[in-house]
Amino acid sequence: MEQSELIPHLFRTEYRKIVAVLCKLFGIDHIETAEDIVSNTFLQAAELWGVKGPPPNPAGWLYIAAKNKTKDYLKRNANFRQNISKELSRISSTTEEIEVDLSDQNIADSQLAMMFVICHPCNPTEAQIGLALNLLCGFGIEEIARAFLTNREVIYKRLQRAKEKLREEKIQIESPNSSAINERMSSVLLTLYLLFNEGYYSASEDVTLRKDLCLEAMRLTFLLTEHPQTNNPEVNALLSLMCFHSSRFEARLSEHGETILYDEQDHDLWNQELITKGEYYLNLASQGNKLSKFHLEAAIAYWHTIKEDTKEKWENILQLYNELLIIEYSPMAALNRTYALSKANGKAQAIGEAEKINLTGNHLYHSLLGELYNGVDNAKALMHLQRALDLAKSAADKNLISIKISQLKNVV
Amino acid sequence: MPKPSPEEMQAMAKRWMDWFGSIAAQNKLKERGNRLIPGVGKVVKPNNVVTDGPYMEIKESIGGFAIVKADSFDEAADLAKGCPVLNSGGNVEVREIMEL
Repeated sequence: MEQSELIPHLFRTEYRKIVAVLCKLFGIDHIETAEDIVSNTFLQAAELWGVKGPPPNPAGWLYIAAKNKTKDYLKRNANFRQNISKELSRISSTTEEIEVDLSDQNIADSQLAMMFVICHPCNPTEAQIGLALNLLCGFGIEEIARAFLTNREVIYKRLQRAKEKLREEKIQIESPNSSAINERMSSVLLTLYLLFNEGYYSASEDVTLRKDLCLEAMRLTFLLTEHPQTNNPEVNALLSLMCFHSSRFEARLSEHGETILYDEQDHDLWNQELITKGEYYLNLASQGNKLSKFHLEAAIAYWHTIKEDTKEKWENILQLYNELLIIEYSPMAALNRTYALSKANGKAQAIGEAEKINLTGNHLYHSLLGELYNGVDNAKALMHLQRALDLAKSAADKNLISIKISQLKNVV
Repeated sequence: MPKPSPEEMQAMAKRWMDWFGSIAAQNKLKERGNRLIPGVGKVVKPNNVVTDGPYMEIKESIGGFAIVKADSFDEAADLAKGCPVLNSGGNVEVREIMEL
């Protein structure tokens, strides 16, 4: 690896580990102290390695430097030491010698513990996702701003407010073995699901960044499967869902970040390894007796990995969407169900159902009606596509709809 | 009534699920409710009198219930028009739940 890439790379992989360990050690009031210590460690590395070249074991060097900085900091700041002594006494009886434990086990435990703090519902979801990217994934403010298509100041303020909120609410950093973990599980899963969606459905044209968001969401979900306390069927269902979706990542985006629709994707680009992994986790998810929304979505995603357009496939997808909507309504599920209905029960019935779901302000609703009326009543199809074009916001969506309109006009 | 074949049962289950899915896709399903097993049960009367039920005195028996969200009786009745029980000689009674 080139030296110019070494520090950014280590920042991405190691920053989050050391921050998590220090946060867990210091407690929720001192997230920023933990971040400062780790940032200073990287600054020192950049200065030193720039002159002398990187050490043989750069990550190990960072760990030792961070440990030393922590000890120095504690020596110099008697107040801070007093503040955190309560936290520390939970961990070791001797407050004299503080051990920063950067073993793999403690890193994994600390990251899990932080995940449950960061995904606490006291913060709005976008703040949770921002914090997760920052503290759990080692993303800088700049990258987070790009992912959310906004500027640095907005993200900076959002993160500050979110950290303040965690302090105000005195959210405890619990060990992953604690029973409190189970109560927070559903909000953690929801945040990871949304983090994945942020990457998968984002309007951003930065394909690499979008892929990174998906991979990070998968990595964090995988962390949950690695710990016996957090490894439950629902987590496996979520990971399965992510594997199935990401198996189409290469096929569904052009190199410019434009969406390629399912029917038009090059099947050779579907990632078989991820499909196999998805099946593996779906099998693990099918233990237990709870059928969660993630189970249903994973099963729907599974059927989408089958290329052949059979009656059986669409009948299964339709029934899964029926179940999903009964558990929880969402406009997207209602639209997708109607599409599956057209494939399973025919266009005539689907048109009737589509008129009932009445999501007239949604461009996808009109795109769907455009699709359903195509070949049945092309004038109506055109009218709906035109309406969809007016309502669509992103350039990629407008582009897709325009193509459909010109295809239809050629037929008419 | 002859026992339905597995295929017929499958087809029946599909009709019911498609109906619930249709109501849910309109965001009007409150509670899927339960189906009642026909023909078996108990009827409890005053003075500790318990007989095998359901009510034999009435011709119809209740097959199940579901709770929907609707702004009017007409809207609720429209939702009920898709109920598969209508295809097998049954009917749907639309009632309003009293708010406490």
